[in-house]
Amino acid sequence: MQCAVIAFPGSNRDRDMIAAVTKIAGKPPHVVWHKDSELPQADVIILPGGFSYGDYLRSGAIAARSPMMKEVARAAERGVSILGVCNGFQILTEAGLLPGTLMRNASLKFVCRTIELEVVNAATRFTGLYRPGQIIRNPVAHHDGNYFVDDDTLARIEGNEQVAFRYANGTNPNGSRHDIAGVLNARKNVLGMMPHPEDLIEPAHGGTDGRPLFEALLETVAA
Amino acid sequence: MIPNEPPITADLVDAHGIKPDEYQKILDLIGREPSFTELGIFSAMWNEHCSYKSSKRWLKTLPTTGPRVIQGPGENAGVVDIGDGQAVVFKMESHNHPSYIEPYQGAATGVGGILRDIFTMGARPIAAMNALRFGAPEHEKTRHLVSGVVAGVGGYGNSFGVPTVGGEVEFDARYNGNILVNAFAAGLADADKIFYSEAKGVGLPVVYLGAKTGRDGVGGATMASAEFGDDIDQKRPTVQVGDPFTEKRLLDACLELMQTGAVIAIQDMGAAGLTCSAVEMGAKGNLGIELDLDCVPVREENMTAYEMMLSESQERMLMVLHPEKESEARAVFEKWELDFATVGKTTDDLKFRVIWHGTEVANLPIKELGDEAPEYDRPWKVPARPVDEIELVGEHPGIADALLQMIGSPALSSRRWVYEQYDTLIQGNSLQTPGGDAGVVRVDGHPTKALAFSSDVTPRYCEADPFEGGKQAVAECWRNLTATGAEPLAATDNLNFGNPEKRQIMGQLVMAIKGIGEACEALDFPIVSGNVSLYNETNGVGILPTPTIAGVGLIPDHAQMARIGFAAEDQPILLAGALPNWGSHLGQSLYARKFFDRADGAPPPVDLEFERTVGDFVRTLIREGHVGACHDCSDGGLAIALAEMALAGNMGATIHDLDSTDASRAARFFGEDQARYVLTLNAPAGSPAFEVILKRAFDLGIHMSQIGTTGGQSLKLGEARAISLGELRTAHEGWFPTFMAAE
Repeated sequence: MQCAVIAFPGSNRDRDMIAAVTKIAGKPPHVVWHKDSELPQADVIILPGGFSYGDYLRSGAIAARSPMMKEVARAAERGVSILGVCNGFQILTEAGLLPGTLMRNASLKFVCRTIELEVVNAATRFTGLYRPGQIIRNPVAHHDGNYFVDDDTLARIEGNEQVAFRYANGTNPNGSRHDIAGVLNARKNVLGMMPHPEDLIEPAHGGTDGRPLFEALLETVAA
Repeated sequence: MIPNEPPITADLVDAHGIKPDEYQKILDLIGREPSFTELGIFSAMWNEHCSYKSSKRWLKTLPTTGPRVIQGPGENAGVVDIGDGQAVVFKMESHNHPSYIEPYQGAATGVGGILRDIFTMGARPIAAMNALRFGAPEHEKTRHLVSGVVAGVGGYGNSFGVPTVGGEVEFDARYNGNILVNAFAAGLADADKIFYSEAKGVGLPVVYLGAKTGRDGVGGATMASAEFGDDIDQKRPTVQVGDPFTEKRLLDACLELMQTGAVIAIQDMGAAGLTCSAVEMGAKGNLGIELDLDCVPVREENMTAYEMMLSESQERMLMVLHPEKESEARAVFEKWELDFATVGKTTDDLKFRVIWHGTEVANLPIKELGDEAPEYDRPWKVPARPVDEIELVGEHPGIADALLQMIGSPALSSRRWVYEQYDTLIQGNSLQTPGGDAGVVRVDGHPTKALAFSSDVTPRYCEADPFEGGKQAVAECWRNLTATGAEPLAATDNLNFGNPEKRQIMGQLVMAIKGIGEACEALDFPIVSGNVSLYNETNGVGILPTPTIAGVGLIPDHAQMARIGFAAEDQPILLAGALPNWGSHLGQSLYARKFFDRADGAPPPVDLEFERTVGDFVRTLIREGHVGACHDCSDGGLAIALAEMALAGNMGATIHDLDSTDASRAARFFGEDQARYVLTLNAPAGSPAFEVILKRAFDLGIHMSQIGTTGGQSLKLGEARAISLGELRTAHEGWFPTFMAAE
């Protein structure tokens, strides 16, 4: 199993992600600089959180047009697993690899707190170690996490079971439509999510609810 | 011949904040009239903000050394050994004046500046805190300032990627015209790879790194060294604009560059930008510096030498590099898409020379500009000491109602509205986030070590008695660190006061420093860095004296760390450290203010020797694994401490009736006596292990007794009605969001 984490200027949860992957997979991921034009052989590609290019223009918009993202799109076509967390999710929607867009939080304020998530689709390579309908905790930390799609697309992604996670028990922190916190592409090899599973993988984090996601993702590929 | 346009007039000198006697000093020093650029340079270097001219004499009296101190005050930040070849690098700095004028950018660049101080020394920032003080909630500007400052702190810190793990937010009418924004940052470095600002070697390249220079912030440090008047809105252009994206790249680029061995000296461009950084590097190294401004990367056209020398554009650094590594260094900065320009060289003539358009526009003696700048021994008077005891006349509100009203008040309500706008978790090492006694982060790469951070001061105590208030600020910080199980290592001080040219204000400053010094000495808690912010006055009204103390503690094994939340049912609750007549001090208490409108009396005294005995014992108990939860008693006294512990643990408690009359019960529950901790023990009440602990306390002369038991879903204080956790939480969480939502 090979995992690659792509770093853009302004990425800042790349270190959290690298630490989580290293702890769970037992070896560090490739760290790829956005200007590299060649993606190393990888079975899992992760776009970490942060403020790539300062979130200037629109969050994720500039990074989505970097040379490396062309490689990521090709990898997605080949069926490689791609996980985008927070800013990584924003980049994936800006790159057209996931439906919808992430607008400014309804509160207009940055929000960092622990919320609850319902695992809506547990039959994916990302969520297979959770039970369907399981409620887990996860931290969020973002300014632009308000997931929006038009009605037709919303009906389509709901019908096609592309919603992976939903904010549960009234903890939607940002005004996302249908409480959507994590979305898959139609083929279900690309997942984008606003919450940070990488910051809840060991007892010192106050819980391990984020760990099964990495265990599923990293082990599924190894099997 | 240095051209002199515009001509130097008395008005121009005055507009630069230079007093007539100081101007005479300049004339004597250089033997001629200064050029306009030179006048600007003097105003930048000799203002209060950069030169500490009023406070230096007294700052020198603070204890600044210790077995763990690697670097004390005088560098970009203090450096303290935390074992295993690692060091923690930290400092607190104010950005008060700019934040009042333009709250978002003022606060954001305050955070940016302190982060730069940390990574300039080769440390990766791992934690931040912010001590914020605003005017009365009902003041027309307060909401706007709170909203802007909090968004600015978050906007910069979150994007940069440092967890904000602690801080303070306070309201008082005395900050109506001058808010305080004190930003703290700490970083981690290898103890043998610390970088300093002292230039070494003649003829070496002085290199400019980071963002381009613009006109923003010209004269900012001079602005921060004067009182505010009615013309304050005209000062907006002196506030800098922050770009955390550039700062994050600057961090990555600097740390990468430092690994190449190219860096001889490094200094960030903060207050007074290019001037201050160049002069400090040269003066410290006993070298001259020559700058060629035509090589400075600029983002605006037709900038004059004066503007370039005084610009406070953010995210810039100055370095002296090994010439043979220059191309390697350039490659690092080009990778991160940052500017890299050789703008000058070190010289052996102890002159600070500035060339612009091929002409010399400044030629000044560098030592006198820098470390030999003028100092003052300003006249001061000892403030009158308040009467010790106050008597509260009238009806007491009852313990339960008083608790609900106090915990739902501006002073004591939850700060969740604030800290949820800060990323408290980034880097994945946060063990305790805001809401407890101290923020705690793991030391990355070490299996068990963690660092604790706390920022404290009680300005109303300092106003009543600056000496006791200074002591108390240090003691409370030390106590908060101790309450997590940390060994307090060292502290940074951020001294915010009014106009030092007034004898009573200078008296506050002097006495507070004396108090701080005495406490730091007694608690082996040296001051390793700091900042002084004076002239916090508007139309002649000064702020409350506010010497903020931010401390760092070391937890050797975070498995043995205490938190404030009640952890298990049926645990005995003990009050440790109360003197035999414990819970008697209502002078300067929040209780007396709120229910009796009394702001008089002496603050609670701090017995430093006793403080240390109690704290050392509590820390020992925590490290031995005896403690379920631990919290210090501070603002609002015992009742507030208990309520915070119940809310944090989502578990109630039943407390004994501690006295017999309304007045004496109020003193028990709301008195603010110092050196006290509330803790729960894992050993059941009455068990042999429990008795042994009480015996150990007794043998040390520490009064420690059981005052109640954890459990249930309500908090019952003696005879008062039980308050459900729901009711308590509604009161605690309600005030801030309601206040901010009202327009």
